[in-house]
Amino acid sequence: MTAVLETEHLSLQFGGVNALSDLSIQIEEKSLHAIIGPNGAGKTSLFNCLTGYYRPTSGTVRFQGSEMTGLDAAKVAGLGIRRTFQNIRVFPKMSVLENVLAGGHLRATANLLSIIVASPGFRRNERQLHGEAMTSLEFVGLADQWNKLAGDLPYGMRKRMELARVLIANPVVVLLDEPAAGVSSVEREELSRVIQRIHDQGTCVVMIEHDVELVMEIATDVTVLDNGRIIASGQPHDVRKNPDVIRAYMGRERK
Amino acid sequence: MLARRVRAKVDGFKAMRGGIVVAVVVVAALIPQMTQNQYYLGVAFQAEMLMCLALGLNIVVGYAGMLDLGFAAFFAIGAYTTGILSTKEHWSIIASIVPGVVIAVVCALIIGFPTLRLRSDYLAVVTLGFGEIIQTIAINLNQTGGPTGIYAIPALTIGSVVVNSNTGYYYVFFVLVIAFALFSTRLRGSRLGRAWLCIREDEDAAKAMGINTNHYKLYAYVFGAVLGSITGSLYAPALTAISPASFGFSESLLIVMAVAIGGLGSIWGVMFGAAVVEVFPEVFRSFAQARLLVFGVLLVFLMIVRPRGLFPERAFQGAGTRIRALLGRTKIASPLLVAADAIVAPPTEDP
Repeated sequence: MTAVLETEHLSLQFGGVNALSDLSIQIEEKSLHAIIGPNGAGKTSLFNCLTGYYRPTSGTVRFQGSEMTGLDAAKVAGLGIRRTFQNIRVFPKMSVLENVLAGGHLRATANLLSIIVASPGFRRNERQLHGEAMTSLEFVGLADQWNKLAGDLPYGMRKRMELARVLIANPVVVLLDEPAAGVSSVEREELSRVIQRIHDQGTCVVMIEHDVELVMEIATDVTVLDNGRIIASGQPHDVRKNPDVIRAYMGRERK
Repeated sequence: MLARRVRAKVDGFKAMRGGIVVAVVVVAALIPQMTQNQYYLGVAFQAEMLMCLALGLNIVVGYAGMLDLGFAAFFAIGAYTTGILSTKEHWSIIASIVPGVVIAVVCALIIGFPTLRLRSDYLAVVTLGFGEIIQTIAINLNQTGGPTGIYAIPALTIGSVVVNSNTGYYYVFFVLVIAFALFSTRLRGSRLGRAWLCIREDEDAAKAMGINTNHYKLYAYVFGAVLGSITGSLYAPALTAISPASFGFSESLLIVMAVAIGGLGSIWGVMFGAAVVEVFPEVFRSFAQARLLVFGVLLVFLMIVRPRGLFPERAFQGAGTRIRALLGRTKIASPLLVAADAIVAPPTEDP
């Protein structure tokens, strides 16, 4: 197996605080890699470093073998690394369909002139994108919501719309920041199915998730962070038994 | 089936809107036929001019969400370029539009490149300063005629037609408004429009879509500058004289007002907003000295009743298909319908 996304000795400091220290992680191709850990462990900071939102203090980030440390967020998205956000970030005053179309931004290739004259090429391109946006919405079960304002959707639907917005880009790696947080158990089932289907298509999925049940159920690899360091990694059932992990979650046993 | 519901909805919507659009355009086109009163025609012309400017600013403020308080600067650049070239160098008005646009674009790039990465409120201050700079330059330069400005600007000639009446300029700007509105509609339905709205809604999330936010903000600013400058170039011959007083902060504010009152991002909204901002103070002339007070109170009232503008932007906008269908030129299927058909119509028959 080759690593599609990896970091080497990654450190991130805010003032005197070490958010991440000397963190090396390999995300294997086509894996469903869960990143877990207590609050403040540095999970979202790691995501932000991987997607160009933070510039690491030191260390490198590599995508498919080539270095991409410090690349700007838009360029990282252009490489095929797409993410969702912990506190869902939809474009509230745009329709659901347009939100998804925005995800396909880099696949809208028409130049200015063909946009202004509405050339056949532009129209073909837009038609195809509209089609794929609807397919993505269908995939997450939101096709009948296409003309609603994204801001009007309930929480769970917004989470799924964010997934559709990621999928239309045909990403290589998808990073999901707490996809199941705050949703009902019914929605959780639905989301878990959608995530598995994304993974089944051959897309590498990295997710931060607190729901250990969900992680054990669908993840192929698990990395556990605590205080900006990796304390365990491996297959879900191995990690579960790791004493360091239990300590990080449950606290140290009193002597 | 979904496809059918979508189709019914879009068709009904299209027919209703189509009727209204045609009616509005026809009535507007007939205004000069309905009255010979030069005062009314003058007000109508001013309203058109403000519509053009508002459509230009709408790209910057309405779409990309960047508050620009110095938009009149680009209007001034167009007007002065045309004024100088047509009086001193004897250029034709039409030809002088091009250098006006070039200068406006260069200024937009110079101002925009370092400042557009600022968030909205800081940007407002910078653009405000830019507006003041341009006006101050116009007042102090010999070439621009100082505080008196430029006069005896020749009439606009299109081919062999000389436009030298209020009615004539009314129609010139009528065409310009339609052209700008179509232009805006096209941009809105493309990746440009979507990218701008994303930036307006959530700049950080826009980056996650692969949108180079700094570039797209600059594009919006440049497009706004182009429309502003073209309007200025055609405004100069219509008035035959221009002076710095017409391009100050109050003009910039008027344009922002038109956009805000009409509805940020809504093409119909900003056009209507421009008409309101231009016509209402005239309507209130009977209040004599209190007319601006009445106007001000009305604006405050409007913003309380309709905070998102008179015609707020709608949820879905099909990529120009609606306008094309209205004009009846081509009957292409809406991309949306094709999409809906492709997905939701399985090869089974409906019950």
